[in-house]
Amino acid sequence: MALAGLVVLLALVPLAFVAASTVSTGWDEARRLLLRPRVGELLANTVRLVLGAVTASAVIGTAAAWLVERTDLPARRVWTALLGAPLAVPAFVNSYGWVSLTPRVEGYGGAVLICTLSYFPLVFLPVAATLRGLDPALEETAASLGLGRWRVLRRVVLPQLRPALLGGSLLVSLHLLAEFGALQMLRFPTFTTAIYDQYRSSFNGPAATALAAVLVLLCLLLLVGEQRARGDRRLARVGSGATRATVRHRLHRWTTPALAAATALGVLSLGVPVASLGFWLLTGSPTSFPVAALASATAMTLGLAAGAAAVTVLAALPVAYLAVRYPRLATVLLERGTYTANALPGIVVALALVTVAIRWVQPAYQSAGLLVMAYVIMFLPRGVVSARAALAQAPPLLDDVSASLGTSSLQTFRRVTLPLIAPGLASGAALVFIAASTELTATLLLSPIGTRTLATAFWSSSSSVAYGEAAPYAALMILVSIPATYLLTRQARRFARA
Amino acid sequence: MTSVVIRGLALSFGEQRVLTGVDLDVPASSTTAVLGPSGCGKTTLLRLIAGFLAPDEGTIHLGGELVADATSSTPTARRRVGYVPQEGALFPHLDVAANIAFGLARARRRSGDRVGDLLELLGLSPSLAKRFPHELSGGQQQRVAVARALAPDPAVVLLDEPFSSLDSGLRADTGRAVLQALRATGATAILVTHDQDEALSLADQVALMGGGRIAQAGTPRQIYQAPVDRAVAEFVGEAVVLPAVVSDAGATCALGLVDVQGPATPGAASVMIRPEQLRLGRSQGAQLVGRVLDVAYHGHDASVRLRLATDPGEGVDVVARVDGATAPSPGDLVGVSVQGPAWVV
Repeated sequence: MALAGLVVLLALVPLAFVAASTVSTGWDEARRLLLRPRVGELLANTVRLVLGAVTASAVIGTAAAWLVERTDLPARRVWTALLGAPLAVPAFVNSYGWVSLTPRVEGYGGAVLICTLSYFPLVFLPVAATLRGLDPALEETAASLGLGRWRVLRRVVLPQLRPALLGGSLLVSLHLLAEFGALQMLRFPTFTTAIYDQYRSSFNGPAATALAAVLVLLCLLLLVGEQRARGDRRLARVGSGATRATVRHRLHRWTTPALAAATALGVLSLGVPVASLGFWLLTGSPTSFPVAALASATAMTLGLAAGAAAVTVLAALPVAYLAVRYPRLATVLLERGTYTANALPGIVVALALVTVAIRWVQPAYQSAGLLVMAYVIMFLPRGVVSARAALAQAPPLLDDVSASLGTSSLQTFRRVTLPLIAPGLASGAALVFIAASTELTATLLLSPIGTRTLATAFWSSSSSVAYGEAAPYAALMILVSIPATYLLTRQARRFARA
Repeated sequence: MTSVVIRGLALSFGEQRVLTGVDLDVPASSTTAVLGPSGCGKTTLLRLIAGFLAPDEGTIHLGGELVADATSSTPTARRRVGYVPQEGALFPHLDVAANIAFGLARARRRSGDRVGDLLELLGLSPSLAKRFPHELSGGQQQRVAVARALAPDPAVVLLDEPFSSLDSGLRADTGRAVLQALRATGATAILVTHDQDEALSLADQVALMGGGRIAQAGTPRQIYQAPVDRAVAEFVGEAVVLPAVVSDAGATCALGLVDVQGPATPGAASVMIRPEQLRLGRSQGAQLVGRVLDVAYHGHDASVRLRLATDPGEGVDVVARVDGATAPSPGDLVGVSVQGPAWVV
């Protein structure tokens, strides 16, 4: 409990920073800063972007998951891997791919399109995993009660998908609230890009903090909404018998349209950025590859991301453990507390840490450790979500049995709980690794002087429209994410089978 | 010499009083079935003995040692209890051998000799040792769960409805195999169940629970033939309960004058007769005659519900259990006689 409290305290540092700065700004000043037409415009932009992209992600992600898991679509395994793969392409690389082809994707339509293409796997993966794990007996029972195929889908399957769908949608919306690179490149201003611009022009101005406060409010609203919609059911269950395989729906004459739709999704989400990247790699760069710079940026990125992944998983475990095993108001609040940082733009987290470091722990300023800490705060929700799902695989009954066999609780954790949750924790680590290796905003501010990661190197080139120069960094960024993405999709499969 | 002694055990969950004062003695090397309808608190009792819960009042002694009272509770890990939950709950990441050896010290876990012995004891093939839980049938999973519980030589084995998720054929087989294993190891066992057949056929002692306490504890025969009250009588089997007047000569009821046993004092009382004590025959010349209302045919036997047609019980309905092959048909007129004594409840 104390450990979890400490983790949450750390996670709440940026929030406290925002709150403290808002309070010190004063009510009148805050009102002057917030009640402006510009803020209304930003709010409208942010809300319609979240609504549009979350709806599209939910629909596309669920439909794709259903096609892959519940129909006789040819080459399903390939599709599972392919449709999870866009996670390996950071949204700002995706938008770079599109923008460098055509400037017409700038604005709302393009922002929704590219954000959806980048983030729908966050819905696709959990929904597919749930579909795989559903007991077909429920659907068969519903059918025997006279429900047609669509009504079974609506009244039996969809309600069971709700936790996965809501969880995925929550992740997508939190990403959208914090998205900076892609939207900046698409010239679609939201709170996050506006805060960045504010900070850039007036380093740590009260206007930016006031905007951040509104953003935090939006995030809290989402969290409460999701919690309410999900309810607090305990999902742990020990199955004694093997669940039978599902009978897949025959597509028949719909096979070709379904294949076409899946292909289109794959091409748009993966094909376009990869092709565009390939084009710039081949044609863009007039000079030879800067091998030394590429190598040092890669090493830096790998080290930081691996460190962040390890620390995040360790920090997430006690929080998730409390929330799963002892679901009380206090523990749920603790767990939810870790989520808030995810919706704070990286730059707010970064500046909060800079402020705290300069004021209290001077030597930490400009260190890699501080950057890793920023990653941990930002990606803790990913770790907690994975640890939570993993712990659902280790029902408390097994602890009881282990205790009855004379095993101490520490030993039980090592011999029962840990082996059972390890795959889930590995997924969490992979998620954090991917996110950290492609993180841009906080890295821009916190990376020690003179060091560059792949993301910051890519950003400095592409924002000066040196598309060719940026290409190798983006390609490397995708390359380092591929092993983790592979682990993730494979883990999602195994999870559902177990 | 190990036994379980429970005195005055009480536990409430908030407002709800689940156990209101349970007294129970389990002799060493014997099996006691705790029998009762769902929600009577029998699983709670088991979890208290295991140490997953701590009592509000009362004491639990395992092997003469106090393990729980109102103020302190020995942690489960130090109680040496073997626990077999309803679903078996095998560790899904470990194979059968590793599951069975889980509770053994590291050195013995390595050697693996105990695993072979236990597999054999539970009637499982040695080839199962390397299988994983999801590759086993439900019955096999339960046997492995029992083997796992027995491996560290526990002071008492606690079985929580271990056979209820199995289908009926498998249930009897698994039950027998498990009980044989328990007897062979000389283990003391407590089996919680809501199935009276299981309780009566498997256990040395049956403790019937109701209303958060033990209504009666005794041998299966005592529970069946000499129940302390009507509720116990009806829970452990079908019973014909009739109002009667008890005198020195016996009890006079709808079935005429019958012998009685039990705590009989002269005057008005209720008597209980088991359906198999009623014999049916030809109606001619019979003192008691009834008309068959309906027949539930079970193959090996049949339950015949009939309405008495002769004084003093004209119009009273009783149930008789007869050989399936000789069961009468609805509407038949049959003679009725009573074998053995009625029990005063």
